[in-house]
Amino acid sequence: MIQTVLNTIPTPSFEYALLSPILVMFLAACLGVLVEAFLPHEKRRFAHLIIVFTAILFAFFAVVLQSGPNGRALVANGTVALDGPGWILQGTILLVAALSALLFAESKIDPLGDAFAARASTLPGGEEEKIATKLGWAQTEIWPLFSFAISGMLLFVTANDLLVLFVALEVMSLPLYLLAGLARRRRLLSQEAALKYFILGALASAILLFGSALTYAYTGSLEFGQISNGISSANNSPGLLTAAIALVAVGMLFKVGAVPFHQWVPDVYTGSPTPVTSFMAGAVKVAAFGGLLRVFYVAFGALVWDWRPLIWVVAGLTMVVGSVIALAQSDFKRMLAYSSVSNGGFILVGFSATSRPAIAAVLIYLIAYAFATVGAFALLTLIREQAGESSTLIRWKGLGKKSPLVAGLMSLFMLSFAGIPLTSGFTAKFGVFTAAISGGATALVLVGVIASAIAAVFYIRVIILMFFSEPIPEGPFVVVPSIFTTIAITASAVVTIILGLFPQVVIDLISSASVFLR
Amino acid sequence: MNFPWLLIVLLTPLIGTVLLFIPKRFVAFSDQQIALYSSLITLLFVIVIALQFDISSSATTQFDVSFDWIPVFGITFHLGLTGISLVLVGLTAVLTPIVLLATEYEVQKKNKEFLMWILLTQASALAVFLARDLFLFYVVFEAMLIPIFFLVGRFGGPKRGAAALKFILFGLAGGLVMLAALIWLYFVAVNQLGRGTFSITALSNELKLDAWTERWLFLGFFFAFALKAPMIPGHTWLPDTAEQATPGTSTMLIGILDKVGTYGMLAILLPIFPNASIEFAPVIIGFAALGIIYGALVAIAQKNIKRTFAYISISHFGFIVMGIFSFTSIGMIGSVIYMVAHGLSTAGLFLTAGYLIRQKDNSLISNFGGVTKAAPVMTGLFLIAGLSSIALPGMAGFVAEFMVLTGTFQKYKIPAIIATLAIVLAAIYMLWLYQRVFTGTETKESSNIIDLNKKQILALSPLVALTLLFGFYPAPIIKISESTIAHTMTLVGATDPQPMIRKVVNQ
Repeated sequence: MIQTVLNTIPTPSFEYALLSPILVMFLAACLGVLVEAFLPHEKRRFAHLIIVFTAILFAFFAVVLQSGPNGRALVANGTVALDGPGWILQGTILLVAALSALLFAESKIDPLGDAFAARASTLPGGEEEKIATKLGWAQTEIWPLFSFAISGMLLFVTANDLLVLFVALEVMSLPLYLLAGLARRRRLLSQEAALKYFILGALASAILLFGSALTYAYTGSLEFGQISNGISSANNSPGLLTAAIALVAVGMLFKVGAVPFHQWVPDVYTGSPTPVTSFMAGAVKVAAFGGLLRVFYVAFGALVWDWRPLIWVVAGLTMVVGSVIALAQSDFKRMLAYSSVSNGGFILVGFSATSRPAIAAVLIYLIAYAFATVGAFALLTLIREQAGESSTLIRWKGLGKKSPLVAGLMSLFMLSFAGIPLTSGFTAKFGVFTAAISGGATALVLVGVIASAIAAVFYIRVIILMFFSEPIPEGPFVVVPSIFTTIAITASAVVTIILGLFPQVVIDLISSASVFLR
Repeated sequence: MNFPWLLIVLLTPLIGTVLLFIPKRFVAFSDQQIALYSSLITLLFVIVIALQFDISSSATTQFDVSFDWIPVFGITFHLGLTGISLVLVGLTAVLTPIVLLATEYEVQKKNKEFLMWILLTQASALAVFLARDLFLFYVVFEAMLIPIFFLVGRFGGPKRGAAALKFILFGLAGGLVMLAALIWLYFVAVNQLGRGTFSITALSNELKLDAWTERWLFLGFFFAFALKAPMIPGHTWLPDTAEQATPGTSTMLIGILDKVGTYGMLAILLPIFPNASIEFAPVIIGFAALGIIYGALVAIAQKNIKRTFAYISISHFGFIVMGIFSFTSIGMIGSVIYMVAHGLSTAGLFLTAGYLIRQKDNSLISNFGGVTKAAPVMTGLFLIAGLSSIALPGMAGFVAEFMVLTGTFQKYKIPAIIATLAIVLAAIYMLWLYQRVFTGTETKESSNIIDLNKKQILALSPLVALTLLFGFYPAPIIKISESTIAHTMTLVGATDPQPMIRKVVNQ
């Protein structure tokens, strides 16, 4: 009896080699937990750095070596799809995360140590906090949390099953909620950000889960390919399906920070420690859009005519609202937060075209944006005052005089955000606009054009402040970072320029790999 | 491929820029010398090219250099020389060393940076006039905002930040609309030709657009060019920018880069969208005539010397646009000469007045008076530039304005007559300005003005020489641009009107 039951359940097949990037990061996270448990304080940081960077390196090579045509398959019983976009997204996430990891590791900029609270459990501003800081303690748990988040992201962008998608989402999000609350400076803001992020994020996750359940109810499956088949063949009431798609869409659009689900973005981006913000705006954004692409292209691809108008509206709103509100910001971090929202809108413009070039365009936009934004946040960590980072824009007056290099690089990233030719931002915008026009969304492109013009104002204003104004007395000073941050900034700048001057290299790579498996 | 002359021309200012940043231990020249020599070498190369340019050739472009850039979209890095681009490349090559020589005083502290931006401005101007791939043209069209943005913002007057922002936003707004049109055009090409291409030659020769697509695309591109040129009502950035920018910057911007707008109309709009160009021509001519009169009237009312020049330029850009859309050979060739004449006179006006303004750090007209007594040479040079600007016979400006008006009159009588009124207004704005600043009783401010030294005179003398040369002998420009204009006329399908008076054979 038992024997027959066992025979009907298929033995789970598990392609360890192909899944190795995800597994390696997961293993690194577990190892990190052990380090926390067994190593003394002073040895932990070094051990974590070795583990995390080795893991990222290994995972990246695993991606590069296996991403060829032979490595494209549905694995783990069809719940994970390792296809062209999946590999590209995994590679991008690992590279961008590596840059953020470098910022996490930086401990030379702030005289007190790295960007994280000495003891997260101490009362902000309290006596214990002072003692913990004085003793030079460090919250080294950030490293296993970081690794868990990456493994979640790697799974999220390749998940081919709504349940796996949800699990990946949680593995990726939970560590982020914690990381958001760990800032060394302005701790109350940071804790508030963490709480907001957690509550809103949990709500969005619940909505996504509910949507998944309804999808299952309608199609009888959680696997994307089967959902797609189920939608075409099932003849249940369409109301159920509409609700299902709407709920899944809300859950996913929350993660990408699209209007009207963007409210968490400015507070969380501003409150989090800047390395974590760079991680959210870079890697998390890539992961969120990667998941969105797959769910809507593969699972709900048959219904593109139904959801596309919705995405058009969301994209238009996201671009315009993000850009307009960013105009009014006086804080650099908050401005970049709204800029991240508005850039999400441009990605949605490309996304709405649902074609092969559209996938490539979205991927290129993600790469261009992720690197530029990590670079901009990395530069922000260098511009400091006694009390920490100086993110009030007006105080940046004349920064170009104090440090032409930092101000010059910042201008490069701002010009890239503004979409000036010869930077990656232009290549990206050209790609999504091209995709959208070929998809018939000319009107949306015109909205995008207007939004770009609005957005240019606040990006260029930063350059004007830095270069065309006289410095204010007692303004911020620029710190010379260690090798970690230097590498992160250099890499971001190089990608921004290369993608602007010779985009063909990346376009070739991505165009050859922009087909989803189902 | 033959010797890549055009690439060399383009690379020279870029190499100069790089050399500026090589430590002085390895370079025997000062920054100023590096910049000047690189611009002189560019000029030399351009002369060599001009001598080899075959004016009788029927080919659309010469000296082509082409590489694949982004093959997925059929984008090439394609440089080529038409008659019109040769004229404008020549203008760029001549004006840059003059600006470098004449503005030696302008910035002492941030000299290296100033020279870098000037050289980058030159490189982008050369690239935009040489581009034969519409995507490349667009990229440079946008990228060239950056050097001017920094030149205005870093080296200008007290309100330079706001002026620079206004300048770049107008530029970006135009550019973004053009980008949307460009992508649309690309898909039309893909659907019709079966391949994606941005080649200007291919697009103008092979593409057949349906009427409404052509109209919309025309408007998209025209919007960008009209903001750049600038035509009213999109002109408001120019006076603000010119008021805040240094004379050198203004010369590079108004003398050279703004010509990209009119060049774009002539070299891109007309060949690629011929039918829409003809359809919209009456409206555009109307706006041009309005701009001519409006610019001239507002120029009269200005209190600031630099703003006066800016409005004069707006008036003159009206003439250039009018000549282009007259669809007569004489009008279009007139426009090409006008671009050169305007470049020379703008340089003369801004640079001579720049010497004056810099000494007093004040550009209000009322501040000066009787300058001629202290600075006769400066006065003389200013007068020559000013008289060419208002089209005195014997100066380049006259030839240009005469041809434009003649060409326009053949097809659009009333706008041409209206535009003629501007000649009277021009006399008022220029001579009245001259009278108030240079003649009359010497004010306290003007009494201790120092006249130009030998070096400064040397820097400005080529402007005078060329103004007079083209005034008496405009044949070189006409010969060079003739065949390209004829080609454009064929593409548009326009013919020159028959003379009204027939030759009487008998009786």
